[in-house]
Amino acid sequence: MALKGNLRDFSFTQLLNLINLARKTGTLILEGSGEAARIVFSEGKLAYAQFAQDDATLPGVLQRSNRISPSQYRILKEKTANMSDKELGLMLINAGYVSRDDILNSLQTYATGVVRKLFTWVEGFFRFEQDTVPLDGKILVRVDLENLIIEGARQQRELEHLQEEIPSLDMALKFTDRPGTNLRNVNLSVEEWRVVSFVNPKNSIRQIARTTKLNDNEIRKVVYGLLQAGLVELVRTTSAPPPQPVRQFPTQNKDEQISLLNRVINRIRSI
Amino acid sequence: MQTVKIVVTGPFNAGKTEFIRSISEIDVVSTERKISLEAEKVKSSTTVAMDFGRITVDDDLVLYLFGTPGQKRFDFMWEILSEGMLGFVVAVDSTRPETFREARTILETFKAYAPTPFVVAANKQDHKDAWDVDDMRVALRLDPAVKMLSCVAKDKESVKKVLLELLFSILAKMDAKA
Repeated sequence: MALKGNLRDFSFTQLLNLINLARKTGTLILEGSGEAARIVFSEGKLAYAQFAQDDATLPGVLQRSNRISPSQYRILKEKTANMSDKELGLMLINAGYVSRDDILNSLQTYATGVVRKLFTWVEGFFRFEQDTVPLDGKILVRVDLENLIIEGARQQRELEHLQEEIPSLDMALKFTDRPGTNLRNVNLSVEEWRVVSFVNPKNSIRQIARTTKLNDNEIRKVVYGLLQAGLVELVRTTSAPPPQPVRQFPTQNKDEQISLLNRVINRIRSI
Repeated sequence: MQTVKIVVTGPFNAGKTEFIRSISEIDVVSTERKISLEAEKVKSSTTVAMDFGRITVDDDLVLYLFGTPGQKRFDFMWEILSEGMLGFVVAVDSTRPETFREARTILETFKAYAPTPFVVAANKQDHKDAWDVDDMRVALRLDPAVKMLSCVAKDKESVKKVLLELLFSILAKMDAKA
């Protein structure tokens, strides 16, 4: 029976576990919102991985890992368009531009990076094509899945926890009114600074995520960090439809409200 | 007859029902059910919709106390119960630090529902393994301006003190606005 379904029902970590235990060979294709990925396994080991929109050719991967410069990348793409990755790799090694280890490490880093990113997908269709490894001319790696699965399970627990902490992305953020907290004295990552620059009760967390190009889990992680540091707090967005005015007091008159509160206070004191 | 309401919220088994029961003049109208989940079987029953208590102030005014369900799967009730509240009490079980984070989340959620005053009641302070109130304040990351009060929900005087502190906060906020 074809192995296919939705990550909502069968998580990516569970899929990797299955492929690892059954020592499967084949191609796993995943389609998320606007993104797609292809991962090839050989006897239960990671052999190749690629996001559809990435340039996963050898020059692309080498440039991504800073083994070659952007100008070298452009030249290689132009001059070696008809060469397979295997042929190109051999040529680069023989010419002394890169070593065999450089190539394998770069490919391995890229492939495991793709897998790590896929752990953050909570939704998306998947299908596993058994025994199909259509990768003529590609250089395959051989990475054990155990460590990746452990890392994925840890990440999944973390995501579940984040989802509990920040259940709705339709809430907004506001800076806490704590005197003495100076943002300039706080060490934030580039990603956190980008999010911080949009902190405003008018912007929902979802809008901030869209603007900063972070997915749901990435924005949750950043927001959680900011909440933990006590820099921001969750508030209802001011741009959202205002809640129905609900009467707190049975009277609108301020003096009557204060009198009413004093009556309640006196009554509780007397109980 | 005029009515006002105060909400008592907090994590599962924080003592919300007991808090209301201690001060309500009527038997608390409770919607308790036997607990089904193994993980939550630290007590035999829990509130699934709300608890409801009443204090008649005088011939013309009644204070209602609403207790929220503590289990997360009933949190859809929270927003409904928070509508029109004068303020809210967040009850926290001082002996169960594993619930502090949830208490913090509940507090933030209620703050987002309505910008009304609130106090935090560190319940079960009579237990020998209760956390110190000051330590709980740090663990809950409470602003220094937030009132964090020692509480024993089964003791009426203790509950009175918490409710009075909340009412004083509401008065102070009204004075500040005036």
